[in-house]
Amino acid sequence: MNERNESIHGVACTFRSPSDVFHAAEKVRDAGWKSWDVHTPFPIHGMDQAMGLPRSKVPRLTLLGGVTGFITGCLLTWFMNSYDYPLVVGGKPFWSPIFPFPVMYECTILFAAFGTFFGQFILNRLPRHHHPLFDLPQFARTSDDTFMIVLEARDKNFHLDESRNFLLSLGGQEITVIRE
Amino acid sequence: MAHAPEHSTDRPEILDRVNPAELPRSKLILNDRGFHWITDKVCGIVEEPTPLWWKVTFVAALFIASFTGAGLLYLVSTGTGTWGLRSPVGWGWAIVNFVFWVGIGHAGTLISAILCLLRQKWRTSINRAAEAMTIFAVMCAGIFPLFHVGRVWFAWWLFPLPNQNGIWPQFRSPLEWDVFAVSTYFTVSTLFWYMGMVPDLGAIRDRAKTWWRKAFYSVLALGWRGGNRQWSNFEMAYLLLAGLSTPLVLSVHTIVSFDFAVSNVPGWHTTIFPPYFVAGAIFSGFAMVLTLMLPLRAIYRLHDVINQYHIDNMCKIILATGTMVGYAYATEFFIAAYSGNAYEKFAFVNRAFGQYAWAYWIMVSCNVITPQLFWFKKIRENHSLVWIICLFVNVGMWFERFVITVTSLANDYLPSSWGYYSPTIVDIFTFFGTFGFFSVLFLLFVRFLPLLPMAEVKMVAPQADPHAH
Repeated sequence: MNERNESIHGVACTFRSPSDVFHAAEKVRDAGWKSWDVHTPFPIHGMDQAMGLPRSKVPRLTLLGGVTGFITGCLLTWFMNSYDYPLVVGGKPFWSPIFPFPVMYECTILFAAFGTFFGQFILNRLPRHHHPLFDLPQFARTSDDTFMIVLEARDKNFHLDESRNFLLSLGGQEITVIRE
Repeated sequence: MAHAPEHSTDRPEILDRVNPAELPRSKLILNDRGFHWITDKVCGIVEEPTPLWWKVTFVAALFIASFTGAGLLYLVSTGTGTWGLRSPVGWGWAIVNFVFWVGIGHAGTLISAILCLLRQKWRTSINRAAEAMTIFAVMCAGIFPLFHVGRVWFAWWLFPLPNQNGIWPQFRSPLEWDVFAVSTYFTVSTLFWYMGMVPDLGAIRDRAKTWWRKAFYSVLALGWRGGNRQWSNFEMAYLLLAGLSTPLVLSVHTIVSFDFAVSNVPGWHTTIFPPYFVAGAIFSGFAMVLTLMLPLRAIYRLHDVINQYHIDNMCKIILATGTMVGYAYATEFFIAAYSGNAYEKFAFVNRAFGQYAWAYWIMVSCNVITPQLFWFKKIRENHSLVWIICLFVNVGMWFERFVITVTSLANDYLPSSWGYYSPTIVDIFTFFGTFGFFSVLFLLFVRFLPLLPMAEVKMVAPQADPHAH
């Protein structure tokens, strides 16, 4: 780390193919990097392992949503048809877990889907419309056919010149410094 | 293994004596198209100047949609009596059209969710358009029950919201279950569709030349950066939404069928309804997907990404579900005969030979006989014929709902209260217009949003495999 890195976000390097970026990512992982990412136009199969990423935490939020939904469905039907305004319909019980089951079922799915959808965006820190990467001309092509590894300046391994050379040694094509 | 040959790690000897058959996998993308070609193709649809055919069809669609507007305006200003609903048929075209449109939507979810869980890679090319179809079809479906309540400005009483009467929805009614099922279905389908679209919206944003295009797609793309840390959560969320949509889509048409099955009207009160309705829904939905995708494929020259393999698969699903539907018709007759219930027996004989026999036989010929043509490869390869067969399937599925709804109500237990139902001009206007409403939404989707899921199509390209040579 040195003082000059204050205004630098990191170093970006482009790769030509999924295979090139995949093998480069394995080497970055083995070098002990923590703050870095691989930008690709589509999810590359096995990249999570190549980057050494832990399993996504989205399922926890899905479960939380699903449990909330089921409880909401139970409470909703019980409160409305049995507690707040008990209504006799065909001599059936005011509340039972059977007849409102479709409602509980749909609430479970609805809330689990909310948990998944919003959970994904929260975990991905989105929406975020301003990011140093968007100023990089090469970055626009990573949603088309270019693959890019970005090493961030906040990583303890980061040193401008060394990191540049490291990326070159991995077979990178075009190296750019990203300013904040 | 005393007799194990020394070269056990080599090629097994048997392979020298036999000639193993090569069974190559069907190609999903023809002509070895690269990633950039896919981006250009899909973004090109959005970026090109508005084509003439689009303008003409859009105006025509708006005109047709105005029929729904006129029908509903007349209905609201006059009263629900202007529909042909009267005793004994209180559920005519309103529920027929509702079930028809909801059913259309089911294929979209089948493609996006169930085929995703089954790892059917061919789904990727048609996924986005099919999901859009789902959402727009559910919107069309919603119009009918919404206005059937009579005073549409009180339709919010269907939802569990506090109102000035201090009463709540009644959850013992299958119609209330339907409110939850259909609104959940619409919400979850929209979330799934939008989330899947975010990376592609990012791709359009990154290519945008004009500021308004950049602004529009930037807002929609939410700042997506395509980092693998994002993809990791995205893929997990996608899989989970597919896993949630699967039981959801099966439950939606099950609950729609409960509207009928939970009553005790002869011909409705059967346990076969849920699976039979779901099969029928997928059947009609796939027919609609092909009806929409075949012209789009021709207009935008998408032959490399939607090829004969995709069309074959869809035709085969139509064949399979059509046969299931035919089997369900036969089962209904068998159970009616076997039940020993005179009313049940009468209901089915009356369907086939009574006053609505014409509708019954249209249904059987379109739903059971027409799809059998898809056994033949020659027919599956003739796309004009495929398109026409799909139209027949959709006509047949509309008639299925008509037969189920109307025949059972028109001739139930008491012959003294039998009647004959016909729709009024207001019914016809309202239903006809929904095709325009659907087309308006679909044309806007084609023009402004990525028609094909670029990221997913790239993912199934052979060069996307990091271990490819």
